[in-house]
Amino acid sequence: MKISGMRMREKLIVRVIARALIPFILLFGLYVQFHGDFGPGGGFQAGVIFAAGFVLYGLVFSLADLQRVVPWPVVELGVALGLLLYGGVGVASLLLGGNFLDYKVLDSNDAMQGLHLGILLVELGVGLAVSSSMLAIFYAFAGRREAR
Amino acid sequence: MLPSEFLLLLFLAITAVVIARLEYLFAAAMLTGIFSLLSAGLFTLMDAVDVAFTEAAVGAGVSAVLMLGTLSLTVREERQGKTRILPFLIVGLTGGALFFGTLDMPLYGDPAAPIHQYLAPDYIAGAESEFGFPNIVTAILASYRGFDTLGEVAVIVTAALGVMALLASGRGQEEAGDK
Repeated sequence: MKISGMRMREKLIVRVIARALIPFILLFGLYVQFHGDFGPGGGFQAGVIFAAGFVLYGLVFSLADLQRVVPWPVVELGVALGLLLYGGVGVASLLLGGNFLDYKVLDSNDAMQGLHLGILLVELGVGLAVSSSMLAIFYAFAGRREAR
Repeated sequence: MLPSEFLLLLFLAITAVVIARLEYLFAAAMLTGIFSLLSAGLFTLMDAVDVAFTEAAVGAGVSAVLMLGTLSLTVREERQGKTRILPFLIVGLTGGALFFGTLDMPLYGDPAAPIHQYLAPDYIAGAESEFGFPNIVTAILASYRGFDTLGEVAVIVTAALGVMALLASGRGQEEAGDK
């Protein structure tokens, strides 16, 4: 990305700091994803934070570098898989004899375990769908820019 | 209301006016990020931490980047038009009507407000024992209102699909863009 005449990849300080920060951003995203039951956050926030880490990489280095890490097909797959995972949990609970999205039937022995499993999977689906969607939108915009 | 909330609200209003007045769109796009960050601070002060989280991540993080991405496809300066009175009147009237509408709303944090009378007490009383974890927001989003959240995810996926269909027309163009 070009900002004020100078290419971002030539900016040493930005590059070094981004490189140091990105692992922590991704780790924080995972923390928000899996700690959403106890602290603020959940799949949606985690997905956005996770995508923001990748977007930062794409801004500081280049879109081509980012697409080597996360190729287009992976993003497309993630968008669909996230929604499918959420809906799939609903269908699974239907097939196990409960109502749609009734997580308690997911574990035949312990309803509480089933509840937690269902919420974990559903939040994972939200996180996957949101982070992939954010990346897809970023790719679409940035890809057009680099195509010009 | 606490003074710090007033201060944030004041900054929020100033930022909004500056965004509207600025002709240099690059700075305006950056300021929308600051606007979101201030909103996130306001939400935190009002104890809506999950909302603040979303606002900070989406508004201050991703949408500012998307706005910059859009800018790089168009011009950076707003075209100077002459000030027109009719749009100003319409916006002013709509804003005034909205302000008038808030007069009927219950006060912020009023425990007697209708929204706190129905369902919410059950959620607050039941969530922790029913789910075994303390974040009621997660319990509501993922379970009590699981169907709504499924719809929201579908909306986000649809938005992504729409953008992909409109802007990323074919992977051939993507690969051409890489070179």
